[in-house]
Amino acid sequence: MDALILQLLNGMDKGAAYALIALGLTLIFGTLGVVNFAHGALFMIGAFCAVTMQRILSLSSTVIDETQKDFLGNPLKIEVPYVQSWFGDVAGAAIQDWSVPLSILLVIPVMLFVGWAMERGLIKHFYKRPHADQILVTFGLAIVIGEIIKAFYGANPIQTPSPAALTGSVDLGVGLGFEANTIIYSVWRIVYFFFAAFIIAAVFAFLQFTTFGMVVRAGMADRETVGMLGIDIDKRFTVMFGIAACVAGLAGMMYAPILSPHYNLGMDFLVLSFVVVVVGGMGSLPGAVLAGFVLGIVQSLSSMNEVKAIIPGIDQIIIYLVAIIILLTRPRGLMGRKGVMEE
Amino acid sequence: MGILEVKGVNKRFGGLQALGDVNLSVAENTVHAIIGPNGAGKSTLLNVLVGKLIPDSGSVMFDGQSVLGRKPHEINQMGISRVFQTPEIFADLSVFENVMIPCFAKRDGAFRMHAIESTHHEKDMAEQAMAMLDDVNMADKRDMIASSMSRGDKRRLEMAMCLVQDPRLLLLDEPTAGMARADTENTIELLKDIRKKRGITMAIIEHDMNVVFSLAERITVLAQGTPLVEDVPEKIKGHPKVREAYLGEAQV
Amino acid sequence: MLGLNSRDFRLFLIVCALCVFAPILLNPFPVASSLGESFNAGYPALMQRFVIFGLLVIGFNILFGLTGYLSFGHAAFLGVGSFAAVWMFKLLSYNVVPAIILSVVVAGLFSVVIGYIALRRSGIYFSILTLAFAQMMYSIAFSDLVGKLFGTIVTNGETGLQVYNDDPQILMSEGSPTVPHLFGLEMNSAFTWKVGGWEFVFQNGYYLSAIFMILGFYLSIRIFRSPFGMMLRAIKSNQTRMSYTGLDTKPYMLAAFVISGMYAGLAGGLLAAMDPLTGAERMFWTASGEIVVMAILGGVGTLVGPVLGAGVIKYLENIVSKINDSILHNWFAFMPDWLENLMVTVIHPFIGKGWHLTLGLLFMAVVIFLPGGLMQLGEKIATLFGRKKKSDDAKSGATEPAE
Repeated sequence: MDALILQLLNGMDKGAAYALIALGLTLIFGTLGVVNFAHGALFMIGAFCAVTMQRILSLSSTVIDETQKDFLGNPLKIEVPYVQSWFGDVAGAAIQDWSVPLSILLVIPVMLFVGWAMERGLIKHFYKRPHADQILVTFGLAIVIGEIIKAFYGANPIQTPSPAALTGSVDLGVGLGFEANTIIYSVWRIVYFFFAAFIIAAVFAFLQFTTFGMVVRAGMADRETVGMLGIDIDKRFTVMFGIAACVAGLAGMMYAPILSPHYNLGMDFLVLSFVVVVVGGMGSLPGAVLAGFVLGIVQSLSSMNEVKAIIPGIDQIIIYLVAIIILLTRPRGLMGRKGVMEE
Repeated sequence: MGILEVKGVNKRFGGLQALGDVNLSVAENTVHAIIGPNGAGKSTLLNVLVGKLIPDSGSVMFDGQSVLGRKPHEINQMGISRVFQTPEIFADLSVFENVMIPCFAKRDGAFRMHAIESTHHEKDMAEQAMAMLDDVNMADKRDMIASSMSRGDKRRLEMAMCLVQDPRLLLLDEPTAGMARADTENTIELLKDIRKKRGITMAIIEHDMNVVFSLAERITVLAQGTPLVEDVPEKIKGHPKVREAYLGEAQV
Repeated sequence: MLGLNSRDFRLFLIVCALCVFAPILLNPFPVASSLGESFNAGYPALMQRFVIFGLLVIGFNILFGLTGYLSFGHAAFLGVGSFAAVWMFKLLSYNVVPAIILSVVVAGLFSVVIGYIALRRSGIYFSILTLAFAQMMYSIAFSDLVGKLFGTIVTNGETGLQVYNDDPQILMSEGSPTVPHLFGLEMNSAFTWKVGGWEFVFQNGYYLSAIFMILGFYLSIRIFRSPFGMMLRAIKSNQTRMSYTGLDTKPYMLAAFVISGMYAGLAGGLLAAMDPLTGAERMFWTASGEIVVMAILGGVGTLVGPVLGAGVIKYLENIVSKINDSILHNWFAFMPDWLENLMVTVIHPFIGKGWHLTLGLLFMAVVIFLPGGLMQLGEKIATLFGRKKKSDDAKSGATEPAE
């Protein structure tokens, strides 16, 4: 029982990441009608924003400390991060420690810009092209982004620690009435889950309660009709693309401590996110979120030793299996609407 | 006993009775029009006839066999061809190929793995297709890509694609909807011509009275999902019930 | 000739001739020259890739080019074919015939099952279903899940599958070769012809692969010109009209899918026959993506486009990844130093290990500017050089008299 709950919890943060990427994919698909294979790359850019922030914050000036000597007897050179010399030792160290959450300052402008540039520079020209072309051009873009990241950051995963206060784990089992040390759960994963829930809630609230969101929802339901109303839907869609990019970027940024970013991260998550979108039902936002969590949890449950003892390695293929079964029994996905991508 | 017999067909969509106890008999070798005001259930009826919708009750028999539950391609293989409101053609293929495909479908059935034979060696098929194109005055357009033609020509091509299969029943779904006056006249002429030359049984679903009265030999008036009257055109024209149905619509 | 019309037959002959003389045509520079080092492509390992990937993309084009169904998981069939072939080497002997036959059969079986399921959906759903299947198969192969399930080795996981000394090889007799061979004709043995500074290598393995590619090319022409091919194009054009014309689209689609899966299996078998080891990375989805790139670059739905696309990509991959900074410095030596260094710095990210960056950019450029691929580019250039040729072509292409 306790093991089951632990796996359920483990599935939550992975599911949250899937849900966030799938949410952005669905927004883009629903509003712009574009299948974006570069969305995983946006997730990755977010993660690398966190890496960049960490590096920026540890930029240092070299100070020669005459009071100390190194082993050769020369004055010791000490690297003093600028943030520490500007804000004082304690505050500076704290800022550095909190680099991942602080990267939000970097992620939002970067992602808005990337989203805007992608939509205006590339995607815009593909609204009227076949889906196959959209897939192909964004696939090419995903390769290019991955390779650019590789050129700047190398091919190895880069450790990006979470703040010390949020590192480590808590014993959730005690609170739930289990014995101590049965359900140990990483603090950062809990943070991630609540962060994701907050973002998802924010996106839904935005779509539900703002005029902008209303127009976008109308556009998702019937693009042509809204076009006839004379609303400049395209401009709003550009903004929507930026928002979707932000959601993916934020998801990636916060995921950096859980999975060290590397240049293939985008591709790894993309394939699974697409499966999530399709399982949820192309064009359905609640479906994307639901499917994200369901698949995350299913994957986590199937990685239990008890399950793996029966079918080894099932955790690696379970998502695909579930996807295939769902698509065959419910061709439109869990919450897909009729008429979306039927042709 | 007609070639197409519709008996006691009912279809509900939620609370809406789209078709209520429809009985209809299309006699062989006639042009039978089904008319009615908007929302009378014409399209629903057509979709039942081609297997796209399954009625809640009732039967649809074509030449003694039920069409219910069959897929569109099976119904076509039984001998029913359909012309759509907006022409459905193979837009990326040449006019000639558009007509060749139904020839093959007629000869080889729903599927045949003829992957090695050359299309150009199928002389019989080619002759049939060319004769058909001649018939509809499109022989000179045989190598055009179908999508590059005018709407009227597309309609003509679609007609040719149906006729080349020599169907026993041709279903036409508002064949002149959205057409310019001249195109409508042309289509009427084309249909009259086909009727005269080939004597094909047709069932037309139509809104345009002009088209109906210049073609139909028998008319069924549908209102609120139920057949109101069925008679020859001359009688329908002055029929009080029909006037009521249409005038009722006009007042709204 | 051979059941082809004159225009197709000419094309077929050209492809045959190119295949036969490739070892000479692809080695235009003397071996020792710097141009030769960078640009010669006439060595067996690379030429094998040209024809094998050409074959693979020809098959892919039958599915994507004719029906418009974009499969994003074709590399899976390639991998399955390779594994089947290596298993034949392990169990029977190094003779390539059973290996190649089994690779086609196994890939065919897999594509029947996957196609049957994936083809229940169309458009983007189909692409993602094939992608999901391929990723699943990759995971299974990469961790050898089947092997683990039965406590044995099937794909041998990360290590990859190869032939070991203690394998049964029940058909191996004393003197038979210990490398893949065709009834004694060893795949990797070659005849080298030296003329002046030039060196031309004629290798058995290359020619065997080339024969298969030519056969595959011939079959694809026949399919393109057959009623079956016409039906597939009709499916791409309008499925509604297809079914209201009395045609069942499903078996046509499945047949196309299986045919292209078998092409991929054959290509996989040939890869294994050239080099008898294989690993799961061959099935990774970026490999599937590369197949799509080749098809698009060459020209989807054209006859020679796929071969062209496969050749260009494999050639570029080869030379681009070979070029390094010192070669660049040599090239730009005539420039003033500052310009030379600038050029090298600018080009540096795209060469060597940057091949994938170049590939991605090339990919985007083709989709954006040349959706018809190199074949379309060729046509455009042809029209530039005179209208007459174009109208000639159009005439002979469209109004083909029944021979």
